[in-house]
Amino acid sequence: MRRGLAALALTLLAASAASSATLKATLIVPADDARQERARLERAYLGHPGGPASDGLQLALEEGRFELEAAGSAVSLATQPAATLEAAKAAAQAAEKGGAAVLLTDLPADWTLAVADAVKLPVLNLGASADRLRQQDCRARLFHILPSERMRSDALAQTLVSRKWSKLLLLVGASAQDQQRAATVQASIKRYGLQVVASKPYKLSADPRERDLANPLLLTAGTAYDAVWVVDSDGEFARALPYRTVLPRPVVGDAGLVALGWHAQFERFGAPQVSRRFAKANKRPMTDHDWAAWMGGKALVAAASAEPKGPNAAWAQALAKTPIDGSKGTSLSFRPWDGQLRQPMLLTDGQGVISQAPIEGLMHPTQVLDTLGADAPEKLCKATR
Amino acid sequence: MTNTTIAVIPALRQAQDRPGCARAGIQHRRTSWIPAFAGMTAWVLCAAAHAQGTAYVSSEKDDALTMIDLATLTVKGTVPTCKRGRHIQVTPERRILVACTDSNVADLIDPATGKSLRRIPLGDEPEAFDLSPDGKTLYVSNEDEAEASFIDVASGKKLQSIKVGQEPEGVKVSADGKTLYVTSEVASLVHVIDVASAKVVKNVKVGKRPRRMAITPDGKELWVTNELDATVSIISTATHTVTDTVKFEVKGARAQDITPVGIVMTRDGKRAFVSLGKANHVAFVDVASRKTTKLVLVGKRAWNLALDKAEARLYVVNGLSDDITVVDVAGAKAIKSIPVGRVPYGVVVFE
Repeated sequence: MRRGLAALALTLLAASAASSATLKATLIVPADDARQERARLERAYLGHPGGPASDGLQLALEEGRFELEAAGSAVSLATQPAATLEAAKAAAQAAEKGGAAVLLTDLPADWTLAVADAVKLPVLNLGASADRLRQQDCRARLFHILPSERMRSDALAQTLVSRKWSKLLLLVGASAQDQQRAATVQASIKRYGLQVVASKPYKLSADPRERDLANPLLLTAGTAYDAVWVVDSDGEFARALPYRTVLPRPVVGDAGLVALGWHAQFERFGAPQVSRRFAKANKRPMTDHDWAAWMGGKALVAAASAEPKGPNAAWAQALAKTPIDGSKGTSLSFRPWDGQLRQPMLLTDGQGVISQAPIEGLMHPTQVLDTLGADAPEKLCKATR
Repeated sequence: MTNTTIAVIPALRQAQDRPGCARAGIQHRRTSWIPAFAGMTAWVLCAAAHAQGTAYVSSEKDDALTMIDLATLTVKGTVPTCKRGRHIQVTPERRILVACTDSNVADLIDPATGKSLRRIPLGDEPEAFDLSPDGKTLYVSNEDEAEASFIDVASGKKLQSIKVGQEPEGVKVSADGKTLYVTSEVASLVHVIDVASAKVVKNVKVGKRPRRMAITPDGKELWVTNELDATVSIISTATHTVTDTVKFEVKGARAQDITPVGIVMTRDGKRAFVSLGKANHVAFVDVASRKTTKLVLVGKRAWNLALDKAEARLYVVNGLSDDITVVDVAGAKAIKSIPVGRVPYGVVVFE
C-alpha cells in the first residue's frame, strides 16, 4: 500500500511538471509615489496605503503556491515602476509583448486608463478608488478590487440609517478630489434618504482671519445635526476633528467612523489569520490597500488554477468569472456591468471594526452586496464585457 | 436504569414543555420500565433517555468550557481551560480534549472532576485535530504555519510536521488509521496524507473554503463541507476523487448566505447533519440519495455540531449568537436554545 501511494505521488508530480504553464503578470506602480513617502506612511491615515502594493500581492502568490502546484500551474510576477503616464503606457505595452497575461496597476486614475487603453489584456486596478473608472470612463477589460468611493459612502450612509442619525453637517475640503468625493457622498445621502442640514467648506489654517474656515468649533456651531460627515482626501484636517465639535456628535467620513474594504482588527471569517500572515511577512498592519493588492494575487492564483494550461485568453476569461475568497465571509465576484469586485465593507474607528455593510435587514432584489456602489440599473458604463 | 423518583420528576416537568421530547421518547418504548398509561410512559421515557450526561461547549473568548446538563438542558457550570478553545473531542479513554489556538496546547480534562489532567503541546496556532484509533497519536492542523503535525500523546513530542495549503482546518483520520485527511481553506484542497510515510500523496480539489469532514461508517466516502460554495463534496476513499456534490438551498436565503461548516453522521451512516452557517439552519441529508430531507432553523451562524448517543438530539453551536440550539432529531425541530460562552466554537456530548 505504501509503495503504491508513493508511486502514485511520483506520477502526479511528473504529470503536473509536463503540463505546467506559467501565468505571467506585471504590476505597474508610480516610480516616485507621494503616497509612499515616509512622512505620509507614518501618519497612517485610514483609507491611505500603508506600503507598496507588491507586499500584499507577493503574500497571496506565496500562499497560493500549494494550490498552483496541485493544479500543475504557476504564476510569475514582475514589477515595473513608471515615472509618467507615458511611461506607464510603455511599460504596459512592453509587458504585453513580453507575454504577460494580466496587468495589475496601483496608479492614479488617468494613468490606469492609459494602461487599459494601451493593451488588450485584463487590467486589475488595485489602488484607484475614483468612481469615474467604474462609470463613464469604464473599460471592458478593466477590473477594480479596491472599493469605489461610492461603495465607501454607501456603506457609511447605510450605517447612519441603521443608527437613525439622519441629519448631517457636511464639511468639505477645497481640493478637486474632495469636491468629487463630496458629490459622491451627496449621491449616497440621497439614495438612503438622509438629510444635509448644512454643507461648509473648511481650510487647514492657523490664520486668525480665516478662523471661520479652520476652527472646528466655529465650523460645527449654529445648526443642529446628528453627525458630522467630513470629506478630506488628505487626512490632516479630518484627523483633528473628532471631540472638537461644538455638539457632542460623532464624526464620520475620513475620520471618526470610516468605511473601508479591510481593517487588520477584523475578527470574523478567518480575517485575523490573513492580517497576521501579512504582519509577519511585512512587519506592519494590513490596510485596505494591502487587502486589495492581496486579492489581486488571489485573483491570479484562482485564474491560473482554474485553467492550469492557459493560454492567456483562457486566463483572461477565468479572471472575470472565477469567484475569489477574500476572508470576508462570502465568495466575491466582479460585477459584470462595471468590473467592480462586490464585497462587504467594514466600518472602523481605526481601533477596531464597529460594524459591517450592507447593514442587516437591507433588501435587494438579487444580491444585497449590490446595495454598495453603482447598481446595474444606475450604470453609466457603456463598455460591453 | 436506577433513576429514583427525585431524579425523574424535575426532568418530567421540563419534558412537558417540549412536545418534541415526547416523540423522541416513544422510540424507546421497548425499554419501558414504568407500566403507566401511554402518555405518561412517553414523558418519563423521554426524561430517562436523556437523563445522564453533559455537553461541553468550547468558546473562543472565555478560556473555559460551558457544561450543559443533558437532562435539564441548562448550564450547570464551566470548566476553566487554555486560551481560545476551539476543536473539542472525547478521547478513547473517555476524557475531554480541547485544542487551544492561543495557548498552542490541547487541554486534557477529566470529566469526573472537571479538572485539567495535563496539557499537550500542539505547535503554533492549533485549530482542529483528530486522534489515531489507538489514541496514541494526535493529528493537528497548525493554522498560521500551514502545517499538519503528528503529536505523540504520551510524551507531547512532535513526531512529524507536514507542509499543507494555507489555513489548514479540518483533520480526519480513516478508521484503519492509515490515511489522514486535512482541508486547506485557502487552497480549496483536501490533502490526502499517508500516515506511515507522513507524506501528502494526493491533493483533491473540492469546493471553496473546505472546512470539516465526516467519513461514512463503511469507510468508502469522505464528506467535506465547502463554506463558500454552499456544498458538500463527496470523495471516494478508494480513488480519492470527488464523486458527488450535495448542493444546499434554503428558501428565503441566497446561495452566498449558505455557508456549510459542521458535519456529523449517524452511526448507521444513513443520515448526515450539516450546519449551514449564515443561513442559520441545519440540513438533514439522506446519505444514499444525497437529498436534503429536512431543514431546521437554529441560531446565528450555525457552526459545529454533535449528536447524543441515542441520536435523538443534535447540539448545534451558533457562533454569532453565543448560544447552542438543541434539535429534536425525530421531530426535526429546535426545542431549546441555551446561552453559552462568548463566540462558541465546538461541542461534544459526553454520556
